[in-house]
Amino acid sequence: MPVRATTGARPPGAVALFPPLTVLLLAGPVLAGVAGVLLPAFGFMPALGGHALSLDPWRALWAWPGLAAAVRLSVVTGLAATAISLAITLLIVAAWHGTRSFALVTRALSPLLSLPHAAAAFGLAFLIAPSGWIARALSPWATGWDRPPDFLSVNDPAGLALIAGLVIKEIPFLLLMTLAALGQVDATRSALVARTMGYGRVSGWMKAVAPRVYAQIRLPVFAVLAYSMSVVDVALILGPTRPPTLAVQIVDWMNRPDLSHRFTAAAGAALQLALVVGILALWFAGERLAGALGRCWATGGARGRRLDPVLRPLALVLAGISAGAVFLGLAGLAIWSVAGMWRFPDLIPESFSLRHWQGQARGLGAAVQVTALIGVASTLAALVLAVGCLEREFRIRRPTDRRLSALIYLPLIVPQVAFLPGLTTLALVAGVGGTVAAVAVAHLVFVLPYVFLALSDPWRAWDTRCATVGHSLGAGPNRVLWAIRLPMLTRALLIAAAVGFATSVAQYLPTLLVGAGRVATLTTEAVALAASGNRRLIGVWAVMQMALPFTVFALALGLPALIFARRRGMAP
Amino acid sequence: MLRHIAPITLVAALSLPLPALADPDPADWGAVLSEARGQTVFWNAWGGDPRINAFIEQVGDMLEDRHGVRLTHVRLADTADAVTRVVAERSAGRDSGGAVDVIWINGANFVSMKDNDLLFGPFAEALPNWRYVDTEANPAVLTDFTVPVDGLGAPWAMFRMVFEYDSAAVSEPPRSLDALRNWIAANPGRFTYPQPPDFLGTSFLKQAMWGLVDDPAVLMGPTDAVDYDAVTAPLWAYLDEITPNLWRQGRAYPANEPALGQLLADGEIDIGFAFNPGRASAAIADGELPGTIRTFVFEQGTLGNSSYLSIPYNAANKAGALVLANLILDPEVQALAQDPDVLGFQTVLGMHLLDNEDRARFEALELGIATLPPQDMGIALDEPHPSWMTQLAEDWVTRYGIAD
Repeated sequence: MPVRATTGARPPGAVALFPPLTVLLLAGPVLAGVAGVLLPAFGFMPALGGHALSLDPWRALWAWPGLAAAVRLSVVTGLAATAISLAITLLIVAAWHGTRSFALVTRALSPLLSLPHAAAAFGLAFLIAPSGWIARALSPWATGWDRPPDFLSVNDPAGLALIAGLVIKEIPFLLLMTLAALGQVDATRSALVARTMGYGRVSGWMKAVAPRVYAQIRLPVFAVLAYSMSVVDVALILGPTRPPTLAVQIVDWMNRPDLSHRFTAAAGAALQLALVVGILALWFAGERLAGALGRCWATGGARGRRLDPVLRPLALVLAGISAGAVFLGLAGLAIWSVAGMWRFPDLIPESFSLRHWQGQARGLGAAVQVTALIGVASTLAALVLAVGCLEREFRIRRPTDRRLSALIYLPLIVPQVAFLPGLTTLALVAGVGGTVAAVAVAHLVFVLPYVFLALSDPWRAWDTRCATVGHSLGAGPNRVLWAIRLPMLTRALLIAAAVGFATSVAQYLPTLLVGAGRVATLTTEAVALAASGNRRLIGVWAVMQMALPFTVFALALGLPALIFARRRGMAP
Repeated sequence: MLRHIAPITLVAALSLPLPALADPDPADWGAVLSEARGQTVFWNAWGGDPRINAFIEQVGDMLEDRHGVRLTHVRLADTADAVTRVVAERSAGRDSGGAVDVIWINGANFVSMKDNDLLFGPFAEALPNWRYVDTEANPAVLTDFTVPVDGLGAPWAMFRMVFEYDSAAVSEPPRSLDALRNWIAANPGRFTYPQPPDFLGTSFLKQAMWGLVDDPAVLMGPTDAVDYDAVTAPLWAYLDEITPNLWRQGRAYPANEPALGQLLADGEIDIGFAFNPGRASAAIADGELPGTIRTFVFEQGTLGNSSYLSIPYNAANKAGALVLANLILDPEVQALAQDPDVLGFQTVLGMHLLDNEDRARFEALELGIATLPPQDMGIALDEPHPSWMTQLAEDWVTRYGIAD
């Protein structure tokens, strides 16, 4: 807990404006976008001849024979991906927190946060396909295959590949969120007490620490659940096709040449929104149940020491598989980007060529510039807003309203397909569609939550006695902010900026729709090329898509060392 | 927020479209050229093929050198994205200054835009380079999927469905629908088609219809003019028969043409197909397909169609768009597109309409290693009425698109 200053609350001044501004910027676009989807879902879209409210779009949706299966897929893959990634994350932390292996595992997993989902999915697809790297490594010596076998791994009807693709990307996210939460719940000492009472490492942590950690990471878990249920790009690459998930089918309807399908798409998007809300409610109920069962389990007093020899290696293996799948997949893509002919079952290409890198040089350069510009603009704006909100909270000596904290997650929980089409119409009405500025504002909606998340804990953990000392030396609140707090929090600010920048780089639908196709970023170009299925090209763009946020992360980690080279107290 | 925004959207969407005041007139070409100078044209075209992207870049350089018009290629994952954008603009009441200047389009997308009055024109037949277009030998450039183009799109390339096979695995390729059925039965797991409603996958269904109907004339009219169930019964029987022996037993299908090509490159299938007869040669030259791939067509013939450049009704840079549409019909650009090392697209120009120098450009072109010479390309079958595309795709989804 931050130490409270002894002085009373001060008038917040101009920082009072930040929370309402933030709410407006976050909730406004989402609510406006949802309205823009609900109207056509009930038949109202004058441009396409829908002048009166009707239920026809819903009848068309109901008439689609794949609806039940698509809904089931969305629900099952969303729930499974969330439950599995949460379980593995908690297991890793429970089994290894505080050890050197844990530091290694988090160091290996955290850079994966900056990796766009689509790039990870492509890498995984190349790894597990029948003509992929695993099959190649075992062929023909172990399997006897000189041609790829005819079995279904990627795009399997049960969505297992899709779940796996989501899990390997969500574990790093949940792990970092858990790490941030550990500091607030006094995890190390609680776990120590549990162990001195004879509890095993895993069961002690699960009983004494996990309930409090989970309370802290609930909202990120909801975001993972909502995202996993409604993701489009990963589901296109790894998910089933007969039928696809509901979100993919919605995009498919939006892309049909027959424009009347736009109404069906809107009804589907409204259904998707309802599904997410419903499943979140179900998860809520599940939390209650797990809480009740967990209390019985915890008060039962079983020490669970025999679990450790099984669970601790298991956690390490699961972490290794998860990180290994991502890294190997990326290595595969990087090799494809310079591959000449590469036939099955060759493990590496027959020949190499830089042709694709040279051919894409012009487009890559332009896309990197636009991507960086939008990323920097939206990240800076997000930092200003986040610092403003947090500083106000500090000055009025009251924690931020819980409702505001929940609102910050709104853009992460409302599915993108359910509000971006409406938002696009809004941008067009305002006459700003297709500009870099409009895209940067749209990105801000998604960047701000992550920046806020990354910054709020270090901000609140700052020792406020420094402020008291500053005030007693005659500095006003603004001087304390600029001369003491911000410099001391340089590291946290830079990391929050890197997280925000990576979020901006990865945005696909907002860039495409609000940018009217005229704003070409690394991600929009990469996804357009992904339509080609050309692994060499996908490799080139995925490597760049990964390299840009990686560079920014490296800067964020390296700069403080340079800046504080001569200030020993600030050393890491 | 909601309360304030919804009425704005409503008002804008309800307001009547205003006629654009000063649309350029292609008949006054000098005025078009001077208006176009300095404009930047946003060409919305599928961005999934590096060769096509490089070609568009090259055309952009020529457009700037010759006419002072800059070109930006908006790389689409799907042509329908551009259609969506124009629709969204119309919903928002933006009837001029739209973001899409030119779309590379054909088939159902074209018909849909034409039917919804989303296209500018007619303009194609007023372009100066229209005089080189051979409308007698290629009447297909005037009708797109049986729908008259009416000058709302400038044709710029012709396509033919060709099958691609690995000659190392297939000694004698099946040159008819019947032979294909037998080959699939004898080689389970080695053939598939992209999942309808994908364009190429649905084209395979139409190609099959051509081979299965008694009187192909029924395909030239809308589906509701015939006894649809009776006419299509042989198609579903054919598919029922081959499906268990398709790649992955028909439990999954590749998404689109490039995904199908990748399966051929990975050796997961032995026979694929594409709409560009030169694709296989170009991919072999780039080391992306093995050198043993060759192409063949059905004895009966294969589907043929044209691609067009169309201009949305609200395009911001119509003059520049017209200059681009004209440049693409320039014999030099058409010869570039037909060069197998560049694209291998088949030109829409008539050789007898060109002067000697331009004709020589085409005569100098060599066929790629896997490309069939013109005399072996066989007959180009007409594309059925667009309703067949929609209806067959929809029924396919009902029958095969949902796992049971």
